[in-house]
Amino acid sequence: MLVWTLYICFIGGLIQWLLPSEDPRPSRIAALLTAFAALVFALGGSLQSAPIHPSGFVELARGTWIPQLGIRYYLAVDGISLTLIVLTGLAGVAGVLFSWNVKERVSHFFGLYFLLLAGCFGVFLSFDLFLLFAFYELAILPKYFLIAMWGSKNRDYASMKLALYSFLGSAMVLVGVVAAHEVSGGHSFDLVELARFPYSAEFQNWAFPLVFVGFAILAGLWPFHTWAPMGHSAAPTAASMLLAGVVMKLGAYGALRVAITLFPLGAMAWRDTIGALGVAGIVYGAVVALTQRDFKFVIGYSSISHMGFVVLGLASLTTVGFSGAVLQMFSHGIIGGLLFAVVGRMVYDRTHTRDLDALARLDLSRVWPFAAGTFVLAGLASMGMPGFSGFVAELKVLIGAWQVFPTFAVLAGVGILVGVVYTLRVIQRAFFAVATGETTPDAESIRSLTVGSEVSTISVPERLGAVLLLGATVVIGLQPKLLLDWIIPALQSPLFDGVRKAGGLQ
Amino acid sequence: MDYGLLVKRLLPEVIMIVTALVVLAADLSLWRRFPARWRRTVAAFTTSMGCLMSCAVLSGELEIGVFYKGMWVFDPQIGLLKEVLVGLIAATVWIHRETSFTRHVGEFVLLTVLGGVGAMILVSTESLLLAFVALELLSLSLYVMTAFAKSELASVEAGIKYFLFGSVSAACLLYGISLLYGITGETNIAAMSATLAGKAGDPLVFLALVLVSVGLGFKVAVAPFHLWAPDTYEGAPTPAAAFVASASKVASFFFLAKISLLGWKTVSGSGGWHAFAPGWSPIWCVMAAASVVFGNIAALAQTRLKRLLACSAIAHAGYMVTGLLANTPGGERALVYYVVTYAVASVGAFAVVAVVEKAHGSDHMEAFNGLGRRDPYLAICLGVFLLSFAGIPPLAGFFGKFYLFVAALGTPDSPLSLLWLVVLSAAMSCVALYYYVLVLKRVFVLKPQGKPVEIEVRWMTRAVLGICSLSILLLGLFPQSLFDRLVPR
Repeated sequence: MLVWTLYICFIGGLIQWLLPSEDPRPSRIAALLTAFAALVFALGGSLQSAPIHPSGFVELARGTWIPQLGIRYYLAVDGISLTLIVLTGLAGVAGVLFSWNVKERVSHFFGLYFLLLAGCFGVFLSFDLFLLFAFYELAILPKYFLIAMWGSKNRDYASMKLALYSFLGSAMVLVGVVAAHEVSGGHSFDLVELARFPYSAEFQNWAFPLVFVGFAILAGLWPFHTWAPMGHSAAPTAASMLLAGVVMKLGAYGALRVAITLFPLGAMAWRDTIGALGVAGIVYGAVVALTQRDFKFVIGYSSISHMGFVVLGLASLTTVGFSGAVLQMFSHGIIGGLLFAVVGRMVYDRTHTRDLDALARLDLSRVWPFAAGTFVLAGLASMGMPGFSGFVAELKVLIGAWQVFPTFAVLAGVGILVGVVYTLRVIQRAFFAVATGETTPDAESIRSLTVGSEVSTISVPERLGAVLLLGATVVIGLQPKLLLDWIIPALQSPLFDGVRKAGGLQ
Repeated sequence: MDYGLLVKRLLPEVIMIVTALVVLAADLSLWRRFPARWRRTVAAFTTSMGCLMSCAVLSGELEIGVFYKGMWVFDPQIGLLKEVLVGLIAATVWIHRETSFTRHVGEFVLLTVLGGVGAMILVSTESLLLAFVALELLSLSLYVMTAFAKSELASVEAGIKYFLFGSVSAACLLYGISLLYGITGETNIAAMSATLAGKAGDPLVFLALVLVSVGLGFKVAVAPFHLWAPDTYEGAPTPAAAFVASASKVASFFFLAKISLLGWKTVSGSGGWHAFAPGWSPIWCVMAAASVVFGNIAALAQTRLKRLLACSAIAHAGYMVTGLLANTPGGERALVYYVVTYAVASVGAFAVVAVVEKAHGSDHMEAFNGLGRRDPYLAICLGVFLLSFAGIPPLAGFFGKFYLFVAALGTPDSPLSLLWLVVLSAAMSCVALYYYVLVLKRVFVLKPQGKPVEIEVRWMTRAVLGICSLSILLLGLFPQSLFDRLVPR
């Protein structure tokens, strides 16, 4: 059932290319149906596969593909991929709901959108390393075109930067993957088999950083993060939601699924460096977010900060840290997506400005109370308020980090504090600033453009999308067991035997 | 000697030559009074008929084996390559139909087919003598084809450059061959390796290897013997450039693989990191690295698509040599897969260039602005070809590059010794993505500049483009279908 998420996205994407590109209506409806079907299959399939998988993982499809190289069409899931598949399903539906206002070449937009989504599902479903890598690369080009064609300010530069960073990362991964395949004898790309192969420590010492960093570039690893705020800001809303929500998780997932399970000794050797980079990302992202004037850049840098927690959790190599990292991937996927939705769709598409000073003069909390309310809730979730998913996730990461490198845990805690500050600052500046200052003529003109016209109210699709994402973060915040029951057994599977043998996952 | 048997074994080539002669004769006599446009169409149809017949013979019951002391060799792999070559000839003739640089239709078709026959003989022989003759047949046809637009200075210049470089490199090749003959007393490639064994350090052997490598390096356009490529691609009439980029590449690379892996088996040496050993490997290692770096960086600066394709062709030649350096059957298979898919994509890309060039009068990048809005079909085909060059899944170029890297790292005695070359190639492929995406940005993102020029594409050209892009997609998804036929004897 889960494999159908992948096929549905491909079919949905193909159907979009057949629809007329001038009339947006059929495209939108087809897109919503496709995304919804994918979500239903993702949820249904997860519930179906979840109970059987204490043994580790569930095989979904297996067929020969290119026997000369031992490449198979091998799809399977474990708890980690289930979590991310559900996330992708949710983000996919929300993204369509928040793209309701795309008017230009709508069918092409959704065609690329579903190609990207299919790439994401494919990565999470693949248990064959070649297949995983192919899906990973498949996701690069749709991102480029989504930003270059439908993006806003600076889109030329941002889209190319994003494409090149992604491709550089995947080139690093490619070298590592091929080397791992050859050293293990060149018989198979099966992740389970490769994870079982004892690579020499010397090999792992260079292969691990190569593959880990290659994947983590896409997860916004500091100092290779600069594509992310840039790309997120220039992207159309749905694309930045998917970028922040799902695509960055592809990187983190690859780092965990491939780099760490294949090269546990290397991970052990490099854990301090990786942990330090993670903390640097947390603190740096938060501090830079504090000083931004562009609303989207604040959210963009906050993503770097939150993804830093994922990296830190992975670097800890502890069960708590890993489960925290995976939970944080889910949590940030939802919250980051929601924040971008508010900024990009609700605010920017209507006011055509992202400058916080300009927004401060607009009194947005009174114009669109729904947007303000959503943003406040999402901001609280992003700060790590108890009751939202971010709290559990970041707490677990901190506990995991504390067991291994207490200093980093303390520094990360500082990062959380700065996170509170920039979130409150941006909430105040963007939505609640007017009461004190007087309205300038400039603001008056912007307001007259927006208030009273048809765009002045937050539309139904937007409300639905916001409720969907908020609901998800609250449900997981109150009941993290739902996901942890998937994630923790997955960490006990044979895939992680190597990590345990190397002294991790205590 | 049984000449009947000879003709039977060479039937595909014979059919092609007869076809070319028929077209030439008809064009000089019966079709003389018709307009050139009409003659191009009829010539293309007639040639395609010949190609179809030749293909039918190739896929039929041709005798497999080594004949006339290695002068003539046939196996399923060679059969496949010949089918590809015949297909490329047909595609070139159809591209020729979209152009109007000459009135001498029959002559151009004749040269195309003769060059193609040279390529077919080249893949089918293990004798150095016959290989040299075939290579010259191919090269001489290409020189003339390059200079065929007599009234255009660029074309004549390109032809002369190509010829001068080519003749010097042919001299090197011939000298190398004569040295090899002097050392081993053999012109047969397969018989050569035994005598060469243990002589890798011999200066004379090394000189012979270098000279032959220079000659073949020129044919496949690897740095530092690439200087002719950008000017030739740019100045040559588009069908000629397409032929240089495709058929000539396929045949030369296959011959290169044969002579290195079969004839020089015992003097391979190694270009691995800290594992240097004299032989042909270190020479080609240096050339591969230089091509990958030079080709990709030079392509960044190009403002015309044909020049860009030329520079990227140099880089691709570098990637392909990586597969050769693996010195394994897997490496050869990877190389053949790559060169075949690369040739198909090249011919397709040049077909798009020809069409756009016809409408705009030039292949400047600006001419491609907004192609996606003006003619989506053409744009999507071009997108498929360029993305395949860039190595994006699920297109053939992706798997091709992957397999080349797998082969290069999978050298049996010392795995990972070529890691430095693979890392370099992978890094440079990021540079390559940049310039391919720049072209695609013009095609899909930008709006056409000024008044959009109407692009007229004939349905047969569309069919050729469709076949090319579909095969790139299918070969990428199911590389197995090609491998099943890449079985050497």
